[in-house]
Amino acid sequence: MPDLGRYAVAVLGSYGAATALMAGLVAVSLWQSRRVRRALRAAEARAGRNHG
Amino acid sequence: MSIWDYANPTRFMQTTGRILPWVMAAAALLLAVGLTWGFFLTPDDFRQGSTVRIIYLHVPAAMMAINAWGMMLVASLIWLVRRHHVSALAAKAAGPVGLTFTLVALVTGALWGQPMWGTWWAWDPRLTAFLILFLFYLGYIALWSAIEDPDTAADLTGLLCIVGSVFALLSRYAVNFWSQGLHQGATLSLDAEENIADVFWYPLLVCIAGFGMLFLGLVLLRTRTEVRARRLAALLARERMA
Repeated sequence: MPDLGRYAVAVLGSYGAATALMAGLVAVSLWQSRRVRRALRAAEARAGRNHG
Repeated sequence: MSIWDYANPTRFMQTTGRILPWVMAAAALLLAVGLTWGFFLTPDDFRQGSTVRIIYLHVPAAMMAINAWGMMLVASLIWLVRRHHVSALAAKAAGPVGLTFTLVALVTGALWGQPMWGTWWAWDPRLTAFLILFLFYLGYIALWSAIEDPDTAADLTGLLCIVGSVFALLSRYAVNFWSQGLHQGATLSLDAEENIADVFWYPLLVCIAGFGMLFLGLVLLRTRTEVRARRLAALLARERMA
């Protein structure tokens, strides 16, 4: 760990905030993707049953 | 094979399904290498001390915030001119990604500005243009949510995107137009005398590549979600009518 001196709060705060924001965006994007994919599969299955 | 073939949702889903894991893996690798290199293996700056390490987040995030709006502009123009739905959905998908990068740039800029300038915020041309760009991102996302008909939403958000491009450009070039303000000029320059020292430049390049790949990966992932959501909406509408 480098010695950040009196700027430790600014540097670590920046890395913490950026990581939280970007990880949050990735997590939300993956969650939305899975949710929509599941709902689409269910709807396609229903449509297949109705037309089959 | 033309680029317009990817306007076909089936072709788009097939192609992006294959490349998305590689793009995400490249983003993770580049960010891990770039940020580790920048944080642990570079020296303090003679003037800014250890805060120079914020550059590896702030500069790539700010670049991608502006580039994301540029990508949205191109995708919106393609929608407005050629009516390709995938391009409108790609623009929609990029909105939250650009918003997050803008927020990262604003937050890291404030955290960097406080110890260097003695203030978290100043009504400096570049900072102000960036704040307006942030508000445009919020407006863009809100407009997509507020309009029920997707084609009308794509039309109106496309127009908003064209207007907002003025502020995306301003946030990039504001320091060239107005000399006053706290924010320094461009960090990166083709002029070796003006560009930052190599010891900071190389890890920064890796981080910029990592942010670029992360942007690409997230936009592809979110566009695929939008394409599926469009198909889901059509199936649900058909169920309701049956």
